[in-house]
Amino acid sequence: MISNDTDRKFMKQAKGLRRKADISSESYIQTVIRRFRRHHLAAVSLIVLGVIVLAALLAPVIAPYDPNEIAGPFGGAPSKEFWLGTDQIGRDVLSRLLYATRISLLVGVMATVISTVIGVILGLIAGYFGGVADMIIMRFTDMVMSFPYILLVLVAAAIFKPGLWNIILILGFVDWPGIARLVRGNVLNLRETNFIKGNIVAGMPLRHILFSEILPNTVAPILVYATSVLALSILDEAALSFLGQGVQPPEASLGNMLNGAQSLTVLTTQPWLWIPPGLLIVVIVMAINFIGDALRDALDPNSGR
Amino acid sequence: MGKYILKRILIAIPVLIGITIIDYAIMCLAGSPLEMLQGPRVSEAAVEAKKIALGLDQPVYVQYFVWLGQLLRGNLGYSMKSYQSVSSMIGSHIGPTLLLMGVSLLVSLVMAIPAGIYSAIHQYSKGDYAVVTASFLGSSVPGFFLSLLLIYLFTVRLGWLPSSGMTTLGTEGGAADVAKHMVMPVIVLAFSMAGSNIRYIRSAMLEILQQDYLRTAKAKGIGHFRVINKHALRNALVPIITVIGMEIPVLFGGAVIIEQIFSWPGLGLMTMSAISNRDYPVIMGVCLLSAIVVLIANLITDIMYALVDPTIQLD
Repeated sequence: MISNDTDRKFMKQAKGLRRKADISSESYIQTVIRRFRRHHLAAVSLIVLGVIVLAALLAPVIAPYDPNEIAGPFGGAPSKEFWLGTDQIGRDVLSRLLYATRISLLVGVMATVISTVIGVILGLIAGYFGGVADMIIMRFTDMVMSFPYILLVLVAAAIFKPGLWNIILILGFVDWPGIARLVRGNVLNLRETNFIKGNIVAGMPLRHILFSEILPNTVAPILVYATSVLALSILDEAALSFLGQGVQPPEASLGNMLNGAQSLTVLTTQPWLWIPPGLLIVVIVMAINFIGDALRDALDPNSGR
Repeated sequence: MGKYILKRILIAIPVLIGITIIDYAIMCLAGSPLEMLQGPRVSEAAVEAKKIALGLDQPVYVQYFVWLGQLLRGNLGYSMKSYQSVSSMIGSHIGPTLLLMGVSLLVSLVMAIPAGIYSAIHQYSKGDYAVVTASFLGSSVPGFFLSLLLIYLFTVRLGWLPSSGMTTLGTEGGAADVAKHMVMPVIVLAFSMAGSNIRYIRSAMLEILQQDYLRTAKAKGIGHFRVINKHALRNALVPIITVIGMEIPVLFGGAVIIEQIFSWPGLGLMTMSAISNRDYPVIMGVCLLSAIVVLIANLITDIMYALVDPTIQLD
């Protein structure tokens, strides 16, 4: 991006002639925001996700009941007192839903952070140093990617006892190959650019080249990819917990709230127990996907729109 | 071309060896089979004798090579639960899984290819937005939730479709019965795959539409229909092959959960029950098998890619 600065300015000016004149003077961030806002679904998604995150964070304040305490009748239908009804042992579903969102978002975000850090480090090393390091890392990436993802996670969950932090670590340690490949590809391209070559010729320290020159120039694609990892992690946590191999009760997660629906009575006669958490997963994951898609477009320096 | 294929195969060999090492390492991590024996009524000497009989007194790398030797002879070990050989268990469960996966892949492609191409040709139209939004819905709905919704609707409310198994119990079965049992699992698997496939095919098609040869074709004045169907579609084969290659591991993973929900008597159901029983030889046998299948699928994809696209660089 830095090397293309003059090019970009030129392109923008050329566009400015065709459009409003003031676009040519806006900063990169302003361009990103302007492009992002054109994606209406993404803008709406951002608001929806913001509300959900806020509600999850404020769960201890706004939840009407204690999520793990018996508060009402067993399997009660939604009423004025219990907006989303109560579960089989009389816990308030709405309160559990708020706390479950908290757990599911925590798992998603932490797993994404872990896998992104691992992927970025391995990708930087493989791309920049090349040679044997590259070969070993990329072959290892191939190996991990060959195992069907959910199977690997299920096996890991069976070996290390399922539980909140184990699930986070497992998802984090299985999710990184995509990011490693992405970063490696970008580093390979960047290494051929003149500004990195200039840095090398100028004898800049390696740490500076890797973290102050290369990394900032590959942040945009990493960010976009991380949104899809976040969406996938939330889906995987839900699937694992649904199968009983993830977050363990009494702690509520969106997946394990659906676990009860495997019994026919819950499925047929108590839809308030499984439809709200399921819908919430769909809404969260879809919002993240829309935001990621808009970011991809908004952050792309070559999109030119 | 021959050199390229040979190079791809040579790269795949260390990955294959690595896969067996990872598989073996996970199995070791899972604990030794001796733990099953231990108890107040088993003497130290008996455990020791069993240890020697199983070859567990030897160094780990020796054990690995013994295991690998058995593997090459087709012996994947024995189930700790049923004492059947893992390879025969896989053999008897793989049919239903292949059937389910094959049909789902086909259905998802039948949905994704026209939708993706339509969406690319009519970029930024209302139809395009509708298709893209639907594709996001497809990749955002958890398969198990969609399964529950379908069961609730078609089995519980309407009573049209059976929700578990492959054939109706106590009947002969037959193709129609199997097809009826397959409708819902196939919808779930195909819907979630079609989501990402549509977006992939759309963006690949958009790229093709910007190529010089298409501009030339348009400039010749052969008409919109022929430009799309003769020039663009043939080149869209490349992304479609990629999509099929990408979906193989997803299918294997997705099948585990979907088979569990619909009690489809395939590898996934077998694996899930092995996981809940901690039957590691079975789990790792399935893992190894699926990793090898994925590796081979990737290899074939790369080779097909080279065959279909003459411009690809074969360095």
